[in-house]
Amino acid sequence: MAFKRVVVTGLGAITPIGNTVEEFWHGLSNGVSGAAIITKFDASKFRTKFACEVKNFDVTQFIPRQDARKMDLFTQYAMVAADEAVKDSGLDLEQINKNKAGVIWGSGIGGLKTFEEEVINFASGDGTPKFNPFFIPKMIADSASGQISIKYGFRGPNYITVSACASTNNAIIDAFNYIRLGRVQVCISGGSEAAITQAGIGGFNGLRAMSERNDDPATGSRPYDKDRDGFVLGDGGAALILEEYEHAIARGAKIYCEIVGGGMSSDAYHITAPHPEGFGAFLSMQDALEDANMKPEEVDYINTHGTSTPLGDPQEIKAIEQLFGEHTYQMSISSTKSMTGHLLGAAGAVESVAAVLAIQHQMVPPTINLFNIDETIDPRIDLTPNVAKSKKIDVVLSNCFGFGGHNATLIFKKI
Amino acid sequence: MSAIASKVTKIIVEKLGVDESEVTPEASFTNDLGADSLDTVELIMEFEKEFNVSIPDDQAENIQTVGQAITYLEENSK
Repeated sequence: MAFKRVVVTGLGAITPIGNTVEEFWHGLSNGVSGAAIITKFDASKFRTKFACEVKNFDVTQFIPRQDARKMDLFTQYAMVAADEAVKDSGLDLEQINKNKAGVIWGSGIGGLKTFEEEVINFASGDGTPKFNPFFIPKMIADSASGQISIKYGFRGPNYITVSACASTNNAIIDAFNYIRLGRVQVCISGGSEAAITQAGIGGFNGLRAMSERNDDPATGSRPYDKDRDGFVLGDGGAALILEEYEHAIARGAKIYCEIVGGGMSSDAYHITAPHPEGFGAFLSMQDALEDANMKPEEVDYINTHGTSTPLGDPQEIKAIEQLFGEHTYQMSISSTKSMTGHLLGAAGAVESVAAVLAIQHQMVPPTINLFNIDETIDPRIDLTPNVAKSKKIDVVLSNCFGFGGHNATLIFKKI
Repeated sequence: MSAIASKVTKIIVEKLGVDESEVTPEASFTNDLGADSLDTVELIMEFEKEFNVSIPDDQAENIQTVGQAITYLEENSK
């Protein structure tokens, strides 16, 4: 059986550097940092006092207040991103076969704030359990895909994938596969996260994984810089409408690009540290290229996982050099986390949208805050320092790696 | 409107997102005000918190309308 082709026909984004796709691209192409002192709670006693929050978000502009209050913030972001993507796709919701329409979402954690609030409320009482009836349905991570399907009446496959910071790449790979197999015609995919909470910041601080550059938040996320000191946590989400090619053509849809490959692997090494030689990253990218039936030389741009941690960044570069050989020095590489921060399970969502927009605009978004490149990184590598670059881009590869050793890679191709 | 009735109305408007004019004594939470079973559980919990009472489940089952809530709370709140 021949695989069907899968295309991207709609985009939505709510990110620390823009609350719509247009604003997001404006931020990406202009090298804007989304980092600032945390406003969601008083972080003065925390090791890290800054993050990449979504700004000026008023949920009632999108969702009636009585509905919104039954959703954790990560689900609200999911609804807003999905809404923009569905509108952008021009899908006629009365015409499509909703039994063949799915929602496959990604989130690394789910309703962390909801969980935190309920437990704090319980712990501060006299031990009498007074848990809100909406606690569980708000907190569970699959509520995002559930709520989206309820809104649009999509009755096809519906679930979320959880693989920490690789979550959304896994979600998109699953959606891609179901459409390739002819099981689904349209799928809302993407991911969202809202982990900038006391427990989120405190927990990642406990791991010593986050930047503590409190005196200069905007330069905290600095992948590949020799003075990088950890990632910067980000909130938000993004959605992509994935559609079977002939289905999209038949309705005259605007087509952004094609998804041609998905690769997956596991480090099978350590629960938080990446494999020091980047072996899992290598396998994931190799698997994606094989899936796409492509040679390494065909890739024009890699949107790296590049979180700005001392351990993570070099191992991914090693894996790229090992797989791409001399071509490593011909293509462009950048980490858009330098601008957005690290959206954990939603990283693959915003970075997939960034990859699609890079193809659309034929422009590589930069790695900002590159003051002094890590000396262990070969200077011939084009890390797209600080300024976006116009470039002929036919193929983009996007990596996501997660705690647990999960690696997932997507390949997008100009159509 | 009594102080209790006024507070009850405020909670219902807040939680169910309905207009104050709809919150009449005869209005049923589920049939008239769009509440589902979880909303009703949450309303009872809010009443307990606001009026510092504990409403046993068998009593809560009998609170189906705005008027029944107000009457119960007028009789039982401290």
